[in-house]
Amino acid sequence: MTEKFEPKIVAFFCNWCTYTAADLAGVSRLKYAPNVRVIRVMCSGRVDPQFVLEAFARGADGVLLGGCHPGDCHYAEGNYKTLRRMRMLERMLKDMGIYDGRFRLEWISGAEGDKVRTVINDMTEKVRKLGPLDLPGKFKEWDKEIEELEAQVSKSAAKEETVHAR
Amino acid sequence: MTENKPKQENLPRVGFYICHCGTNIAGVIDPAEVQKYAAGLPGVAVSRDYKYMCSDPGQEMIAEDIRKHKLERLVVAACSPLLHEETFRKAAAKGGLNPFYFQMVNIREHASWVHTDKKAATEKAKDLVRAAITRVRYHQALDKKRVPVDPNVLVVGGGIAGIHAALTLANAGKKVTLVEREATIGGHMALFDKTFPTLDCAACILTPKMSAVKAHPNITLWTYSEVEKVEGYVGNYKVMVKRKPRYVIEDLCVGCMECIDACVFKEPKFHDKFNQGLGKRKPVYIDFPQATPKVVLVDPETCIQLKTGKCKKTCADVCDRKAFDFEQKAEMKEIQVGAIVLATGFKAHDAKRDPQYGYGKYPGVYTALEIERLVNASGPTSGEVVLRDGRHPKEVGIVHCVGSRDAKTNKWCSRVCCMYSLKLAHLIKEHSGAEVYNFYIDMRAPGKAYEEFYDKLLSEGVHFIRGRVAEVNDWAMTPEEEGRLIVRVEDTLAGFVRRIPVDMLVLSTGLEPQADAQEVRRRFNIGCGTEGFFQERHPKLAPVNTFTDGIYIAGACQAPRDIPDTVAQAGAAAAEALALIDAGFVELEPNTSHVIEEECCGCKSCLPLCPYSAITFEEVKKKAVINEVLCKGCGVCAAACPSGSIRQNLFEDDEIFSEIQGVLAK
Repeated sequence: MTEKFEPKIVAFFCNWCTYTAADLAGVSRLKYAPNVRVIRVMCSGRVDPQFVLEAFARGADGVLLGGCHPGDCHYAEGNYKTLRRMRMLERMLKDMGIYDGRFRLEWISGAEGDKVRTVINDMTEKVRKLGPLDLPGKFKEWDKEIEELEAQVSKSAAKEETVHAR
Repeated sequence: MTENKPKQENLPRVGFYICHCGTNIAGVIDPAEVQKYAAGLPGVAVSRDYKYMCSDPGQEMIAEDIRKHKLERLVVAACSPLLHEETFRKAAAKGGLNPFYFQMVNIREHASWVHTDKKAATEKAKDLVRAAITRVRYHQALDKKRVPVDPNVLVVGGGIAGIHAALTLANAGKKVTLVEREATIGGHMALFDKTFPTLDCAACILTPKMSAVKAHPNITLWTYSEVEKVEGYVGNYKVMVKRKPRYVIEDLCVGCMECIDACVFKEPKFHDKFNQGLGKRKPVYIDFPQATPKVVLVDPETCIQLKTGKCKKTCADVCDRKAFDFEQKAEMKEIQVGAIVLATGFKAHDAKRDPQYGYGKYPGVYTALEIERLVNASGPTSGEVVLRDGRHPKEVGIVHCVGSRDAKTNKWCSRVCCMYSLKLAHLIKEHSGAEVYNFYIDMRAPGKAYEEFYDKLLSEGVHFIRGRVAEVNDWAMTPEEEGRLIVRVEDTLAGFVRRIPVDMLVLSTGLEPQADAQEVRRRFNIGCGTEGFFQERHPKLAPVNTFTDGIYIAGACQAPRDIPDTVAQAGAAAAEALALIDAGFVELEPNTSHVIEEECCGCKSCLPLCPYSAITFEEVKKKAVINEVLCKGCGVCAAACPSGSIRQNLFEDDEIFSEIQGVLAK
């Protein structure tokens, strides 16, 4: 691979705080890394852990989740639910070999355009150092391994059958 | 423009449009390239780029294409959906398409404005566009819900902003409840003697408005009261207000003030908050003669009856209207309103946070608000400029930017200090004949007749020294300096450090958010900026709106501002509230959740998650049910449902999964 690795990061931003903060960063013309693709949700609490898993499975090198600060949720307490869910998800991700900040949860208020910049730049830099996650590639490898195993098993089974037949 | 036939017959026909936004987008992202790329995506029937999509011709183009090319979905890549989503939904509707068959792609705030690498930004735009085109296939036709608006309004804060907003609304025939936490309305303006730059007397222009509030048949005035709880949504708020006990029945008191004379304390001896502690008051008191409502109150901290229950109660005896009630308790009132105007004002910067100026250490150092009371004809000295030790100052210094434009305290310019410092300089000179020195960083006089006022002061012989004061002390170096305050300052125009002895030093303290601004904004579910002032919905185009519909902000709670700007903003907030009320109904975003009954397994996981108690359990069918009127559309339940049987409109699982797939498919 001659091309420099550019991480692909999928972000889920809540409409009221973090998405607004990203808009503010734009209006303030703050410059940051172009590696993040934002998906808007009304509340960080809408983010089903499956969304995060799906993003990794589809080839994301990192997933960023942004919500309102604790106590500031537009929907009173959605971000607390997010926090609980994501802490559990983090454990699961670790078992799957996804850790070291590939998944990140950040509280960014509507006034913190600058924090959007710092978080995105910092995360992009860290994920770049980690290198590609490439779960789709790994899935293919694992599928291949399983296929090979299956082939081997059926081969030896066939052999055994012939032995029995004798 | 690129036109092609959908490759897959069964896909809905998508129209894609990318906006140049002049050079705002086109300067970084190549719209033609994105347009061509989108044209090659499955389902895209029409793909165009145009200079300004939000313009009338841009919208007309969309509407016409929908009709001509039988488009079934619409995707527009332009600015933030928070800005123009509604515009393009309307364009879709104009073309005969359900407005929710539309998805917006933010390539301005989230791409062209924040990236410099043109190639990378264009690639990002393509990814986002692909995601939206994939997503929009799954969109459903939806209808906006209409709910009626309660025509009553709550105004919080009885300063000049709240007074003006309440009067404007009441004059339009709306019933207004004005809630003020102090015992009287008037706010900071009631403390002032004169106002800049016209030098008209603050009381003369404010008190008629205060009386008008009290007398207005459409205004219910609740002073000494605070909002405790706010529930509901735009057009339908339920508000709990706590009315603190005054120990005097408001409807019976006529404000004759005989009780104050009759109090067992012969002399006033307690801290007078209204007069910034420069005067004294009795336990039974009224802030100032024109207080509105003109009703006395009893301070439970100092009243002997309330503290010990053993007082002769001479105050109550003298009251022939029997207005005293020492058993009075706080009362909770509930009101229903459609809109809320927040005008909670500011707090003056605490000068003790800048110890170099010696406030609290040297009695000759005053804050600007203290001087406002000192030069006020109805103040504790009846307008006589006199020091705490009784001397008359011969030389007075005024330090600008205390708690403003200072990295150590507040970074912002408080906007009013230069002008009120000039006003105080004029008044001090007029009242005492003292020499006045202004120590300033920059003179900021941007307003109608403001610069002219500065010119007037220059011609009056007030001294202006450009430089931030380094230190104030009482270390005399000559006999003439003995017993005086020494101001050490670098005169940046003359280019050397000066020592200027003065008798009185005025600190022009800046404007800060109220100490409880964070609690208040949480109560009303609005935001604060990093400096702590309430956050407006848009700094230019929606300066009195907040991110919570039906809640408006006015005056210095949003940012430091002077009286003319405050009044203008209060009028604007009242107009916004009127626009909401007079429409009679609001349309709610249909992003609520609902349960697919056949799929619900009745596990009850969702029930405790809803912060609005919108989910109930149907015991007979063993299914969860969502009340769509109570649902505010956060989607927390949809994320948690293990069987996937809760769907959030506009944010369905299919829609988000397809967006994830779309953004990563390459």
